[in-house]
Amino acid sequence: MSLLAVLNQRQSIAYQAVLLGGFTLLAAVLLVAGNLATHETIALRKAEDLKASLSQVLPPALHDNDLLADPLTLPGADGAPVVVYRALRGLEVTGVAYRVSGSGYSGLIELILGVDPHGRVLGARVLSHAETPGLGDKIELAKDDWILAFDGLSLADPPPERWAVKKDGGDFDQFSGATITPRAVVGALKRGLEFFQRHQVALTAPAAVSAASDPVRSPE
Amino acid sequence: MSLEPNTANKTAWGRISRDGLWSNNVVLGQSLALCPLLAVTGTATNGLGMGLATTAVLIASGFLIALIRGWVTPEVRIPIFVLVIAVLVTLVDLGMNAWLHDLHKMLGLFIPLIVTNCAILGRAESFASRNGAGASAFDGLMMGLGFTLALVLLGAVREIIGSGTLFANASLLLGEGMAFLEMTLIPDYRGFLLAILPPGGFIALGFILAGKRLIDTRLAEAQRRRESTTGTGALA
Repeated sequence: MSLLAVLNQRQSIAYQAVLLGGFTLLAAVLLVAGNLATHETIALRKAEDLKASLSQVLPPALHDNDLLADPLTLPGADGAPVVVYRALRGLEVTGVAYRVSGSGYSGLIELILGVDPHGRVLGARVLSHAETPGLGDKIELAKDDWILAFDGLSLADPPPERWAVKKDGGDFDQFSGATITPRAVVGALKRGLEFFQRHQVALTAPAAVSAASDPVRSPE
Repeated sequence: MSLEPNTANKTAWGRISRDGLWSNNVVLGQSLALCPLLAVTGTATNGLGMGLATTAVLIASGFLIALIRGWVTPEVRIPIFVLVIAVLVTLVDLGMNAWLHDLHKMLGLFIPLIVTNCAILGRAESFASRNGAGASAFDGLMMGLGFTLALVLLGAVREIIGSGTLFANASLLLGEGMAFLEMTLIPDYRGFLLAILPPGGFIALGFILAGKRLIDTRLAEAQRRRESTTGTGALA
């Protein structure tokens, strides 16, 4: 029995190498199969998540397009690309939304910011953070409505130098026991509005007529 | 290949259950896996989700490792066990992300940590590599349930003291039908931050460990008293 012969040489380097290699190969095959079986569903779930957070800062009444379709990509202040999702009514831009982030008390705070064509905040929501529960997490709408105070504000109202927490001479409340977290959020939103100001022309330009849904350009 | 545990003992299945659930409980008996334990037990629901995911990995890893134990030589056993466990955890992670997405959003960060849960490699090494596939899967089930029990217990204590609720968001994990589990035990509770933070986890775990020690001592005492009574009875 050849199997027995192989098993008798279990101590040999060759057996060990083949064993380890075989298991590694098997593991790779299983992982590929697992990835193939799930990646479409996962992509779908992620798109749903993004859509859910976008719809909080770009009210459905503002647009008749698919928010995820045809996003813009513009360079941010640090050179990294920023993906901008546009709310369109017809071809007219009625709002834009993009991610902004700030450095909080424990790691990055990611937010999504919706801005109307005049540079006013349509809404802002925290997407992810690792702030202290009970102190810093009041930036979540689920815990506190602090984040709603930004609605309707722009870099003209209040002026840029007042875009800070009260402790720093600005207009926005900090929480008792947590200054760093709201400071990070205010800073992130201010930078987000500055980004809008820099790219206002590109952001509010009517959607390109080359949109796939355009009937004129797709006679075939 | 026998499905029975190696020991000739008739109560082997019972002993595996007893070991996993109580006397050799991953957390309460062996004090293993404290990192995932303290990280996720802010609420009972998170504890339950993490416990069930770990149980699935424990059962599958016990079963597979017991199946391959005949081929695996002692020299390369550790890398192979780690490989098996890592593949299983990755598959669980992918599956949860696709089909239990809301729960994955809460636990996502911790699922990859199951790989580093020393209890799983520990069971592979000390049980599955020495016993049949059936017994090893059963051992995985019992160890996993024991771990889940500890997670839910600690999560419940911390959630009640910390936020005044119990099984918040349980419907995300178990479906809308289980929404009745979500309880607000203390209305208008302002919360007790310490219980939710990691130090609160250590403190609560300390009390739970002490509680188990107390019960064990009581049980042993009762046992001894029973033995001495029967002993006297026999003498009389």
